[in-house]
Amino acid sequence: MKPKVILDSSNFEITINRLCHQLIENHNNFSESALIGLQPRGIFLANRIQKTLFQILKSKNIKCGNLDITFYRDDFRKKELIPNRTQIDFIVEDKKVILIDDVLFTGRTIRAGLDAMLAFGRPKSVELMVLVDRRYSRHLPIQPDYVGKTIDSIASQKVKVEWKEIEGKDTVWLLSNDQ
Amino acid sequence: MAIVKRSIKGMTKLSTKHLLGIKYLTPTDIDLIFKTADNFKEVINRPIKKVPSLRDTTIANLFFENSTRTRISFELAQKRLSADVINFSASSSSVKKGETLIDTVNNILAMKVDMIVMRHPNPGAAVFLSKHIDASILNAGDGAHEHPTQALLDAYSIREKLGNVKGKNILIAGDILHSRVALSNIFCLQKLGANVMVSGPPTLLPMHIDKLGVKVETDLRKALEWCDVANMLRIQLERQDVRYIPSLREYSMLYGLNKDLLDSLKKKIIVMHPGPINRGVEITSDVADSKQSIILEQVENGVAIRMAVLYLLAGRSED
Repeated sequence: MKPKVILDSSNFEITINRLCHQLIENHNNFSESALIGLQPRGIFLANRIQKTLFQILKSKNIKCGNLDITFYRDDFRKKELIPNRTQIDFIVEDKKVILIDDVLFTGRTIRAGLDAMLAFGRPKSVELMVLVDRRYSRHLPIQPDYVGKTIDSIASQKVKVEWKEIEGKDTVWLLSNDQ
Repeated sequence: MAIVKRSIKGMTKLSTKHLLGIKYLTPTDIDLIFKTADNFKEVINRPIKKVPSLRDTTIANLFFENSTRTRISFELAQKRLSADVINFSASSSSVKKGETLIDTVNNILAMKVDMIVMRHPNPGAAVFLSKHIDASILNAGDGAHEHPTQALLDAYSIREKLGNVKGKNILIAGDILHSRVALSNIFCLQKLGANVMVSGPPTLLPMHIDKLGVKVETDLRKALEWCDVANMLRIQLERQDVRYIPSLREYSMLYGLNKDLLDSLKKKIIVMHPGPINRGVEITSDVADSKQSIILEQVENGVAIRMAVLYLLAGRSED
């Protein structure tokens, strides 16, 4: 199977804008809310959402942190698990937290993310935002609140999200296993 | 999470299953330990200083020789990784009844223990044990041989303070002869590309130490003028069975670091000490408590380094 583009760069931008407006509906001016991107690839979406919210709300008061979940994973020993940086410069206690990752697949990363976040306090509520939701592939009862694009895929396929900041172009690919 | 290869330079696993000595580590291993320790340093400064990584691991701390710092540091590191910990000290055990080391350890392993942290008075005890048992072994000091986690935390503290270890001039001063810290430090610093000098009274410098590629200087002032960092080792009072030095007073005058000497140097050097300090012997109190001293940073980094080593070794246990 050839690599298939799920989101090209123009649709990518539209999707990000839509996600931001959905967030504003629920979080108004974000005074009680905080974005937390999951390392390693969720942080790009979190940063992009934050940047776009700055432009829409014309306010710089939107908190955004990076959370590494390596030490909370349940597949330690099965993989090479090298941590990334955690940086949360605000208090999570009583905040409405939006956890952000690029692709939702089995749900195990999010499960670990929930655990990891609790080390920083007790949030008022937690929501989940993902750019791509690979539905019908969950191992755990976890569902997103904000979804960029829902796709049906089989386990042997891969979803790859490329970012302007890293790969030079915003694209989401569906790849078969050998690619 | 997207299945994208993480862009990490170098290795993502240690090349060894045990930490027996710095001798057996590659520079890439050391780099990996430091990078992992950076993350654990962030963890131990959180409101909740604990992660669940090793919740399925049981670790035995076997201390056949006394220790405060190393033992507490290891135990804290293990608890902050959520491991189950059992402590053992030789003074209150069947070792006194004549049990051999292998028997003691095998009995402990039969109770399903996954890792062993061991301090032993005999050099080579950790290496010996690693040849006879399956569990991962961490050497927490074996006689005058090696003390790898101390060397790692010393080098890590230098890296944190100066940005890099490579090309820096590091002095190790004091009782080199009896010191496992000295030997591990020499190996570690050299692997990271530092220049190492040892200094002390000739009776406390091992013969042929220059063969390790270190500079040797018996004049402390000259040595201090050369270095960026001075690691002042403890004079091991319990090992002075032969009179290596005429008196502590003379040692302190000729080989001790005091404030006047420190202030008279051309540049501001960093002062380290692996503890426990004999205040007024190898360094005076005003030096130990001065702004140039990073002794307490060393202790803090010790927990992060030990967490990193335990985490990385546990990750290798199913290979």
